[in-house]
Amino acid sequence: MVYRPSSTDLAPSAISTKIVIAGGFGTGKTTFVRSISEIEPVTTEALMTEAGAGTDSLSATPDKVTTTVAMDFGRVSVDADLALYLFGTPGQDRFWFLWDDLIRGALGAVVLADPRRLADCFPAIEYFENAPDAPFIVALNCFDGILPYEIEDVRAALAINPEVPLLTCDARDTASAVYTLTELVRYAMSRTSDPVFA
Amino acid sequence: MTSAPARSARVRPYAITGGRTSSRRPLLLETLVSVPDFERAVCRELVAETREIYVLCRAVRSIAEISAGLGIPLGVVRVLVSDLVDEGRVRIHPSPAAAGMSEHVLLERVLRGLQTLQH
Repeated sequence: MVYRPSSTDLAPSAISTKIVIAGGFGTGKTTFVRSISEIEPVTTEALMTEAGAGTDSLSATPDKVTTTVAMDFGRVSVDADLALYLFGTPGQDRFWFLWDDLIRGALGAVVLADPRRLADCFPAIEYFENAPDAPFIVALNCFDGILPYEIEDVRAALAINPEVPLLTCDARDTASAVYTLTELVRYAMSRTSDPVFA
Repeated sequence: MTSAPARSARVRPYAITGGRTSSRRPLLLETLVSVPDFERAVCRELVAETREIYVLCRAVRSIAEISAGLGIPLGVVRVLVSDLVDEGRVRIHPSPAAAGMSEHVLLERVLRGLQTLQH
């Protein structure tokens, strides 16, 4: 694990928020985060025992301490004192308890899908459909953003709600990845009932 | 009962938290932590991992960055940061909502910031 301290330190008054980058294994989540992050994307580990967040001691169940799960993340300073963190979900879908931790407080999520293996993103879509507080969009990660199918056919195959934005992106391309995030934020804004500049 | 070395390595982090696995504060992955008044003398009073966190947080860091930077599991970082807050050594930065920012204003600021990255 290589860690390079950021050359762009955050302001002492900084506050933070986050967006989750979800999807099946190998759909380009790490590439997406890498395209945007101003820090070298890093990996952190969570122990499986965090599943038992309500318990305060391991003494009763020592055998639970067995596995670590890696999560990639990066950071973008969207303002002098506002840091946006991007967290990629762990590749293995069985670590749902970590998804709860990831999504808590998030502005929303981008579900990255590989058009050649659409079914791999079904569990992620299902997760966010059942997490009503977290708006999500689906981005089809294609080379050069070119989709070999009609996008509405893909929407039908995904069986997502018509209001959920569906777009193509190229996770390797910074402008494309940034555009994908702006689409998520616009969608989230359309769902908030706050009057503008209340 | 196995005695695999990998397993003992996993258990060990909780030795430094006194067996605790949850913190009393809502520390999210992106929650920022900093040291308002760094004092070298304080370093001598702190033990290994806690001291490393104190030193690292001279610059503002998120819980996730602390974990990755020091190679300490997230759960352990949460417990130790919570202890440091209790002792008045580090400061937790408020969430946007706690800082009085509405969801809509937060989204507007993020959108504006992302749009400047596109140019």
